[in-house]
Amino acid sequence: MSEPVTTHTPSKLEKILAAGHLAITSECGPPRGSDPEAITKKAEMIKDHVDAINITDNQTSVTRLSSLASCIHLKLMGLEPVLQMVVRDRNRIALQSDILGAASFDINNILCLSGDHQSFGDSAQGQNVFDIDSMQLIQTVRYMRDEGKFLGGDEIKRPPNMFVGAAANPFADPFEIRVPRLAKKIAAGAEFIQTQCIYNLEKFELWLEQVRDRGLDEKIHILAGLTPFKSAGMAKYMKNRVPGMDVPDDVVKRMSGVAKEKQADEGIKICIESIQRLKETKGVKGFHIMAIEWEEMVPGIVESAGLYPRPNIE
Amino acid sequence: MIVAERKPIEEVVETVEDFDRILVLGCNECVTVCEAGGKKEVGVLASALRMYFMNQGKEVKIDEITLERQCDHEYLEELRNNIDDYDCVISLACGVGVQFMAEKYFNKPILPGVNTKFMGATEERGVWGERCQGCGQCMLAETGGICPVSRCAKRLFNGPCGGSSDGMCEVGDDLVCAWQLIVERLKELNKMDDYETITPIKDWSTDRAGGPRKVVREDVRQ
Repeated sequence: MSEPVTTHTPSKLEKILAAGHLAITSECGPPRGSDPEAITKKAEMIKDHVDAINITDNQTSVTRLSSLASCIHLKLMGLEPVLQMVVRDRNRIALQSDILGAASFDINNILCLSGDHQSFGDSAQGQNVFDIDSMQLIQTVRYMRDEGKFLGGDEIKRPPNMFVGAAANPFADPFEIRVPRLAKKIAAGAEFIQTQCIYNLEKFELWLEQVRDRGLDEKIHILAGLTPFKSAGMAKYMKNRVPGMDVPDDVVKRMSGVAKEKQADEGIKICIESIQRLKETKGVKGFHIMAIEWEEMVPGIVESAGLYPRPNIE
Repeated sequence: MIVAERKPIEEVVETVEDFDRILVLGCNECVTVCEAGGKKEVGVLASALRMYFMNQGKEVKIDEITLERQCDHEYLEELRNNIDDYDCVISLACGVGVQFMAEKYFNKPILPGVNTKFMGATEERGVWGERCQGCGQCMLAETGGICPVSRCAKRLFNGPCGGSSDGMCEVGDDLVCAWQLIVERLKELNKMDDYETITPIKDWSTDRAGGPRKVVREDVRQ
């Protein structure tokens, strides 16, 4: 990495990616209560093995401690949070306000998402907002950062300085627009991508090939998303019940093929093998390991995949 | 049309139990087409009420009238001379008709007999689907004639989201993904290049968000 590295924000994640390292991010889901230790304990488990930690925003529409407050806890621990923000629950006033709130704590990464529909969660009878969509949220953060202005046109004193990310699901339908959709997110201003959990590596590689054909991998940092299975039951659930998830039959078979007490090990093994295979794939700039309520496994996965120690960049 | 659904009879009974002279008032427009509040449904509800009160041993006068429309002064005026023959009116019109009746006959309880659902079309006999939410700034020209506001559960302008699976929406098995439809239409119209144009943030001030709306046409005003 002899070329001089340019970055646009103080984000450590951006610096690591810009320097050409494979980045590792992980995520922590906030608790359904107000105990900050639920967040800080999870963060302690993984902090030395990841470069940044995503905090989910009321994921699956179940009400939880807020992403912003959780990110502040991480920031106070000296860690690098990625603020996940969905457009389901806030209009443009609240979104911009929370972005400024995060910026006031120098939270330097944001992941712009639509959010699961509220009918999945604990407030199915609630209203949703969807004042803007995730594509437009990307534009909003970039506008606030680059132009130093609110959407309404007024000047922001001390604008947010965030590295802007988005999600991509290479497995959702219709497949043919999955690459154009990525192009659209790049055009909107996204700088990094964290993908949906990858179990169908062939399909992911096909998507990536099309991404490379359009030269899009040069324009955005793609972090491959991975979630280790804890059990064969989880694999079946993800396959059949989670919208937009692609779990091939042979993966379910592999999980079911080992004794129950060995299934967790098998899930971790599959995850590590996936990382090792994708590490060599052009266009993959890092990994986003979502070990759902299983954060203690992240350090082992990172080490076994040969991605430890993490680069020391300040 | 405005699509409505009949309220359960028990719910209607609860609202009219204390009255002795009831008018069941239908509307010959949308609610007739969607079989919720036309002449036929007026007859069905009136019969059900008569039966209920008979079982209760209570004598109640129940009449049936179906107007051409309940959203126009001239048709509502037809009731002017006999409205005082009734203690209350069950309107089987959409929420517009119920309110317009209430505005016109200010001292009369006007009770809704249907739940007004949406603006939609008859997809097949007995199935009505939503097509429009009246956002006030139509963008169907850009989306292949398929509306993301009314047909995408997240009203995404740059969809689809990651929850689109086999052409279906993550919200429910029988709900088609609007963006799947948009993409199919754009392909058919040879306009797939348009897909990559980012739709800018919408001005919702013409929508419900801007407050109750009004259309004024000075040229046709009297």
